[in-house]
Amino acid sequence: MGSDESYNFVFKVVLIGESGVGKSNLLSRFTKNEFNHDSRTTIGVEFSTRTVQLDNYAIKAQIWDTAGLERYRAITSAYYRGAVGALLVYDISKHLTYESVDRWLKELFDHADPHIVVMLVGNKRDLDTLRTVPTEEAKDFAEKRGLMFMETSALDSTNVENAFNEVLKAIHKKVASREVTRGSICAVTLSNPTSDAQEGRRNCCKSS
Amino acid sequence: MATENRINFWRRNAKVPGSVQPVYGAQHPPLDPRLRRTYPKDTKPQFNNLKSKKASSFHEFARSTNDAWDIDEEEDEDFLGTPAQTSSGLHSTSTQNQQQQNQAVDTETGVSHRLAPPRTEAENLQDGQEEDSECEHVNGKVVKSSSDAYLNTSSVRSTLQKQQSLPVRPIIPLVARMSDQNASGAPPMTVREKSRLDKFKQLLASPNTDLEELRKHSWSGIPREVRPITWRLLSGYLPANKERRELVLKRKRDEYFGFIEQYYHSRTDEHYKDTYRQIHIDIPRTNPLIPLFQQPVVQEVFERILFIWAIRHPASGYVQGINDLVTPFFVVFLSEFVKDVENFEVAALPLDTRRNIEADSFWCMSKLLDGIQDNYTFAQPGIQNKVKALEELVSRIDEDIHNHFKRYEVEYLQFAFRWMNNLLMRELPLRCTIRLWDTYQAEAEGFSHFHLYVCSAFLIEWRKEILSMVDFQGLLMLLQNLPTIHWGNEEVGLLLAEAYRLKYMFADAPSHYKR
Repeated sequence: MGSDESYNFVFKVVLIGESGVGKSNLLSRFTKNEFNHDSRTTIGVEFSTRTVQLDNYAIKAQIWDTAGLERYRAITSAYYRGAVGALLVYDISKHLTYESVDRWLKELFDHADPHIVVMLVGNKRDLDTLRTVPTEEAKDFAEKRGLMFMETSALDSTNVENAFNEVLKAIHKKVASREVTRGSICAVTLSNPTSDAQEGRRNCCKSS
Repeated sequence: MATENRINFWRRNAKVPGSVQPVYGAQHPPLDPRLRRTYPKDTKPQFNNLKSKKASSFHEFARSTNDAWDIDEEEDEDFLGTPAQTSSGLHSTSTQNQQQQNQAVDTETGVSHRLAPPRTEAENLQDGQEEDSECEHVNGKVVKSSSDAYLNTSSVRSTLQKQQSLPVRPIIPLVARMSDQNASGAPPMTVREKSRLDKFKQLLASPNTDLEELRKHSWSGIPREVRPITWRLLSGYLPANKERRELVLKRKRDEYFGFIEQYYHSRTDEHYKDTYRQIHIDIPRTNPLIPLFQQPVVQEVFERILFIWAIRHPASGYVQGINDLVTPFFVVFLSEFVKDVENFEVAALPLDTRRNIEADSFWCMSKLLDGIQDNYTFAQPGIQNKVKALEELVSRIDEDIHNHFKRYEVEYLQFAFRWMNNLLMRELPLRCTIRLWDTYQAEAEGFSHFHLYVCSAFLIEWRKEILSMVDFQGLLMLLQNLPTIHWGNEEVGLLLAEAYRLKYMFADAPSHYKR
């Protein structure tokens, strides 16, 4: 994977959800194949990348992680800018974190691109014995809302790759089918750097 | 000497065991930089040799782009400047804590002759059995406080489980046993250090402490032995007048425990339970690699302190990051009774001592937060302003860096938010934070005002690495994982001197600094 130096696309994906559901460990599991029992609370935004192969394309996933608390609204609106995918994470062993999903969806659609691909992720599947959110219920909810759905465990790796890959595939599909305009999806190619109509020429998939 | 330190900064292994390291920055205030340069700076803003490579073609861009998944690129070893790599890769960590703490536990960048003996944590890297219990602990069942966690050595050890691929290496203490020593170990005190300690003792012996003088001497670092009392004095908690002290302490301590009696039980009430819940899940994630903070007794102390503070400050309530701010006070006050703070079993201390440490930590932390409360009120305006101020300052003192950020669209908020929210505690080892706070407490408005200059100096410190990073992703990952794990008093001293220089040159009202 590392030897392929050309990237066809860079997709910005954000992780959202309540504090403590496991966003940071999903990030580290996917980008570094690490789970950290000793991770600290996320402050501000944190960031990592990984390149995956989808069909014949090299896709660089630029993944953003942030604190779950509302207090950080100061930076969250910038957080969503340019994001084409989102993993909305809850903890299957804490029903409260699932109940907030609506609120997160609202925030997502208030701030993010309307075409953003969203997957509802029930994390901590390794805690099945402590489950408080039935899989079927969450699955139905996701279907009704037009969200993808998967249950994962950052701790034992279950479905983490799948979750991210599915999201990236879905994004790629949208790009390929031209469902979205070039401007809202960052694509790095030799000949066509994207341009943001509002802010003039920009480099690919930026921060904000 | 300072020159040497600067050059040797990246080459920690140049030091040999037992070498005597002078305490940097004995003078206060530091020599006026406008009158003479005390050290050569390769970080002058006019220094233009490091033109950033232009990513003029896509291939250049791709070639130079750091990918988190690649761990064998040569360029990363170079820019990090540390001789050796851990197998998990020193670069591009998604979580800064991961890198810093990984290294904290299994450190070693070629300094194989550290005086600190390998710790049991290192040996337990291979022990994978405790993971389940640790997992539960970290998940933080909200039902009750962590007093139900059974404290024994194995569960303490289990908190340090890391990926088994990490090599076993000698440890550099996160909290230096003698905090006024450098990270390189604990050599015997030099004559100068001894005379500094004597000076402090002399000041502290007076029936009415001369706070002005105390601040002056504290600026350059406080000897470990007298740090607990000096911090209490500088923060305004302990009266300068010796006769009043016992009374005041008793009153304040009683007052704090009065709050506990009055309010702590209400943490399960509808009104407060969200606050408590957030605190409760944050505590285990506060200093996860230091055994001290895995002890239920200690975690309960933190919970109480933070809960009481939060409900008494409804304008902000509890904000993630505030939890970190308790740590230095707690550790420093504990150090009065304990040599090896990191591994000490706090339950062994007499209850009264523990209560005093707790109450004093609460009050001193409160005083600190009083000066920066708008960092944590809704929308955190204090932080927004400080980050803007940082940007403005950097645009004036280092145009190259500023333009570099503009070019790759790195926004200061993306990395400096945490610098302001957590007062650089996430970017530095704990021992450095403690040293930093000596100066912050000596300064007027150190935590709010001087911190800005420290952040600027800190950023410029890495200008070489920053300028050689030519894409957004690489830049951000660098800035969120700056390699300071081996920093000690020297580096902090240099940082502070540079911050002072910047403040002197760029503050609008330099006379405001005058002590």
